Amino acid sequence: MPAVAFTVVIALLANADIAFGQPPGGRPRPNLPPIPPKGDTTHTLTRDFVPASNTKSETAPHDNGFIQRWLALEPIRKEIQRNNILTETYIRTAFAENNFSTDFNVVPKNGRKVKVGDQRLQWHALDSKTFIFNLYNFTYAINKPPYGNIFWLVTVINCPEEIPNVRMAAGVNSGGMFWLNGEEALVLSGDRDMVVDNVVSQPLTLKKGKNIVRAAIINGPGMCTFAVRFLDENGSPVKNFTISYE
Amino acid sequence: MKPTILTSLSILVMLATQTSAQIGQPFIHDPSTIVECDGKYYTFGTGGGGLISEDGWKWHGGAVRPGGGAAPDAMKIGDRYLVAYGATGGSSNHKGAIFTMWNKTLDPNSPDFKYSEPILVATSDGYEECDAIDPGLMLDPTTGKLWMSYGTYFGYSRMVELDPKTGGLAPGAEPVDVAIACEATAPAYHDGWYYLFATHGSCCDGPNSTYNIVVGRSKNVTGPFIDNVGRSMLEGGGKLVAATEGRLIGPGHFGRIIVEPGIEKMSLHYEADLDQGGRSVLAIRPLLWKNGWPVAGENIKAGTYVIQSERRGYALELAVDMVRMPVARWFNRSTDEPIKPVDTQKLEDVIGDWPSGNIDARIGDYMSRPHQKWNITPAPDSSGYLGAPYYKIVIEGTNRALAATADGKVITVPEFTGAPEQLWMIDQLTDGTYRIMPKQVPNSNEKLALISFGDSTPALGKFDVNSDNSKWSFRAP
Repeated sequence: MPAVAFTVVIALLANADIAFGQPPGGRPRPNLPPIPPKGDTTHTLTRDFVPASNTKSETAPHDNGFIQRWLALEPIRKEIQRNNILTETYIRTAFAENNFSTDFNVVPKNGRKVKVGDQRLQWHALDSKTFIFNLYNFTYAINKPPYGNIFWLVTVINCPEEIPNVRMAAGVNSGGMFWLNGEEALVLSGDRDMVVDNVVSQPLTLKKGKNIVRAAIINGPGMCTFAVRFLDENGSPVKNFTISYE
Repeated sequence: MKPTILTSLSILVMLATQTSAQIGQPFIHDPSTIVECDGKYYTFGTGGGGLISEDGWKWHGGAVRPGGGAAPDAMKIGDRYLVAYGATGGSSNHKGAIFTMWNKTLDPNSPDFKYSEPILVATSDGYEECDAIDPGLMLDPTTGKLWMSYGTYFGYSRMVELDPKTGGLAPGAEPVDVAIACEATAPAYHDGWYYLFATHGSCCDGPNSTYNIVVGRSKNVTGPFIDNVGRSMLEGGGKLVAATEGRLIGPGHFGRIIVEPGIEKMSLHYEADLDQGGRSVLAIRPLLWKNGWPVAGENIKAGTYVIQSERRGYALELAVDMVRMPVARWFNRSTDEPIKPVDTQKLEDVIGDWPSGNIDARIGDYMSRPHQKWNITPAPDSSGYLGAPYYKIVIEGTNRALAATADGKVITVPEFTGAPEQLWMIDQLTDGTYRIMPKQVPNSNEKLALISFGDSTPALGKFDVNSDNSKWSFRAP
């Protein structure tokens, strides 16, 4: 039972005589022992990411082909009570109304700021330390509210030669869209869990040279992560490319 | 995952005002694995308290679990009961703790009923990618070690070893990440494999909750748990075990019950039963194992069936003469001749020739005749056993009921009276077939099942899970 639901349970039980087969009488409030932090709690990007500017300009994908290097825009605030309202219509509208640029081939500059609505937001070029790109941790690292956010992300896939018949495969917690070279490739609507290869595109072609991948992720409450890669005709991860942020 | 406050409020107001004992599908959220104690069944839920059943079918409130919190689990270890629960049920800052406590009995009216002081076994500090709630317990039958999985959608679910003597952490135990993007995990062991059951999807939104139960398996208790397509549960993998069915929405919080060799059940809750006002209800279903994977089984639904012996495939029938159907010329007919369907033989065509008193049962070739079609319905007195009602089995269109006799025969009586020898347990076995047992053999306390002796003689005998003589299937007539 997740946090928000439990808060409601406790609030209700405080005024209810019988619930869930509960005997009459008072109910203790949650009584936690002291739980000291077990690790680094500072707001720093380096806990879960490596700033890409600190590393070489191009990096190989993760062992299983996951794309771990992204330019991530600081979150755009959006009130979302729960994630199962994230229908395809809802997320298309939300992304269209909260877009930093309608040019889906643009590659922002690391460190630059853009204005979306009344918010000025900065781009961060980051390498995730795991195959998952954790946007909840991103918000914590930059000391922003963790829930009720839209994230825009951009990365550049550098191919030594054309790679036809690949499929983009993504998992998202909780909703998102992906574009390849300006064309829409994936829509993940509904309240999804971060499941590898949860949604897979129609066959695509990675052209020789630079390919621009744009992602938009939306989340109300709860953890917010995604993982994306390309699969070949046999369903095996495509790895013969490099990733950059320029 | 992430429920809205408003919808959760509406559900929980209904739950909070529920005061009467429930029959069949009691109201609870996040039930613990059902545990038997001194002939009664117990399950505990979120918020405290829980449910009791004298027979496993009719449930009412009254179980007592202190500590509040959410989503407990329970199991019997030796002659004591261990209850684990999350103190917070998931706080907004994901700081949490899981406690265990012992009791000699789960019966709150017993003089022995007294919980031990809670023992802290897991925490989450509010910063790490884990929320210490939703414990699931397993006593490893191969090693005697006690394991607990826990966690929710906030980051990782984890596995940690407990001490089965103290209920506290095993010396030197360290939690291991075993899954992401799920909650209500529950470890299990079966036939050389460790399984990790988990709930995916969203809860607490009534008929909009997308809860579903999945599973992965591993040769090691700490994983990695892999699904049927090779995807790790640390990548979000999981093979579906139970999903929304009909008017029962959003299954979650799996608990495994091993009744006896060959018969297992799973406890769970549905987020919403549309037939019961959309309330969250306890459910118990057969648990099957197919090709090394667990599958949610089905209790028999009311309807008319062929009762087919697994021994040879013959069907249970009345021991009456098969009445021939009119025979038309069946080949070498002109292709220009109009085709007219032939009516199925009807009950009124044959029932007049049946004896009026008791008629023996027999097993024979299925020929789609009235004496071979059985109507099965839950017992009208709402009596039941663990997870299912007793059943009334009559010839379709009649009140002629299948009955057990004191001398071990299986007969039919002309009128169903509701006597215990006319009520039947129908348990789905782990291989998907069924065991059929009378509620009671007259003048006997022996538990006997419907057996096929040879190919054609039904009788009562000792159930043998390894013999097709003891197994039956139900199919459309």
